[in-house]
Amino acid sequence: MSLDTETVRKIAVLARIKIPEPELAPLAGELNNILGWIEQLSEVDTDGVEPMTSVADMSLYQRPDEINDGDCRDKVLANAPNGKGAFYTVPKVIE
Amino acid sequence: MTQLNDLTITEASEKLAAGDISAVELAQSCLDAMDANRALNAFITETPDLALARAAASDQRRAKGALAEVGAGALDGIPVAIKDLYCTDGVLTTAASHILDGFVPPYESTVTANLLEAGTVMLGKTNLDEFAMGSANVTSHYGPVKNPWTLDDGKDRVPGGSSGGSASAVAGNLALGAIGTDTGGSIRQPASFSGIVGMKPTYGRCSRWGIVAFASSLDQPGPMTKTVRDAAIMLAGMAGHDPRDSTSAPVAVPDFAAAMTGDVRGMKIGIPKEYVIDGMPGEIEALWHKGADMFRDAGAEIVDISLPHTKYALPAYYIIAPAEASSNLARYDGVRYGLRVDGDSLDEMYSKTRAEGFGEEVRRRIMIGTYVLSAGYYDAYYVKAQKVRSRIAEDFTTAFTEVDAILTPTAPSAAFAIGEKMDDPLAMYLNDVFTVPSSMAGLPGISVPAGLSDEGLPLGLQLITRPFDEETLFRAAGVLERQAGFEAKPTGFGGETADLRTNGVLS
Repeated sequence: MSLDTETVRKIAVLARIKIPEPELAPLAGELNNILGWIEQLSEVDTDGVEPMTSVADMSLYQRPDEINDGDCRDKVLANAPNGKGAFYTVPKVIE
Repeated sequence: MTQLNDLTITEASEKLAAGDISAVELAQSCLDAMDANRALNAFITETPDLALARAAASDQRRAKGALAEVGAGALDGIPVAIKDLYCTDGVLTTAASHILDGFVPPYESTVTANLLEAGTVMLGKTNLDEFAMGSANVTSHYGPVKNPWTLDDGKDRVPGGSSGGSASAVAGNLALGAIGTDTGGSIRQPASFSGIVGMKPTYGRCSRWGIVAFASSLDQPGPMTKTVRDAAIMLAGMAGHDPRDSTSAPVAVPDFAAAMTGDVRGMKIGIPKEYVIDGMPGEIEALWHKGADMFRDAGAEIVDISLPHTKYALPAYYIIAPAEASSNLARYDGVRYGLRVDGDSLDEMYSKTRAEGFGEEVRRRIMIGTYVLSAGYYDAYYVKAQKVRSRIAEDFTTAFTEVDAILTPTAPSAAFAIGEKMDDPLAMYLNDVFTVPSSMAGLPGISVPAGLSDEGLPLGLQLITRPFDEETLFRAAGVLERQAGFEAKPTGFGGETADLRTNGVLS
């Protein structure tokens, strides 16, 4: 599978990273280089193998469904690059 | 004369206990060394006032006979450096990325909180590859870190990465110990490049809560120290179950240092034939053989083993790690913290912020991760890689029915010059070829300095054991350290006058 610049443009939109037009083709080349090297995985026989979804051999426990954190609004909001009062702000999304 | 910052944690702990030195003197000695060696660029943020205050508090605890219970007092008053990937309450945390500009966490990561509870004294936050993505500490927004080890050619060497600042700080005696994080080798490879001990515990041994996430199924905190015993002591102060990390293992923390009996008689050490790779320098292979001989001399049995899927670990890693990273790094949106670049629409604000905030390597990995997770490619790439990951883990499980520990080189080369391997991402990725397989299987591993390259740069050997068998790991590593007798020290750097030679021991 080889990426063309159109696909790279699409991935950049999905990833929300603005990539200037002239950089698309070189980036496609770099990504193809890496993906080409990854292709060797097709040599591995994985028929009947379960994909690994948990690294540690342990089952997850459940904690009681109780509030155990909170009441720190101002502390959390303090890092907002452009907050207003008790709110985060974003560019207008509703016309 | 030995300066206080040259001490190991074990030595300093004894001197503190004997009343020969104070924690404040010890911290001041490290702060002076940091000051004199700022050209290493090992720290992004130095916290001298905090360090002296915490050191004074430690001295007061000692005077009252009320040492920290965590770590049994062995870490009380010990100055350490913290990789700037751990959130620290009230102290700038950057992940070496522009996108986290000005981020001051309102909370403390579990591991650093544990170390604080154990009485350690934080000296500052160390430099790293941006979001821990790299093997040379050259992708940091705050500039590359220099390895204290140099040759006569006038070129600065990389300290390895991603925990390069932590490695450089310990190798240069700026801190007695440091913590790093290891996703595919980010503790062990820089330890090898910098002539120190670097240990990655079993996945789940330490909590990941409060660590800036890279690849959540691989990330694991670990100690970086001057000796194996120091690593064992530090890990005891870091590890433990944490209900806030669902992957943190509810298992007891053993006395790791007590496991270092110095006796490996009858232990079976596996040598995996697949770790001989094309283009590996002869000196690395020679050192590996020497390591096997050291174990043989100490009474261990050397067993040839096979880990057949070794060569597929790295390509599978470069699907899984970027996939997880693309998901984890979606949170950097310019809204809640860090950098924000204005745009006319919400999407434009996001995409401009992320374009400017992320460096080249991080952008590249997010793009790969987004692609392999996208509709139509998920099965071909991501699921395939997870199946290969199962195969790799099976290889180790099979091997551990025959052996107690596995011995390999840590990295396929010694430290290279800053600027090398920059235009070829694949060449950079290959640095982790020996560390990634055990990461994929979640196993504990340690790099122990075992010799010098022909040119005179440090080389490490890696040991790997069964999950949650860090005790065997430390036992074997302690013997490897003793047998190797690595005593060489960095010889200063960049023509600076700062003298990093210690104890007069030079090879």
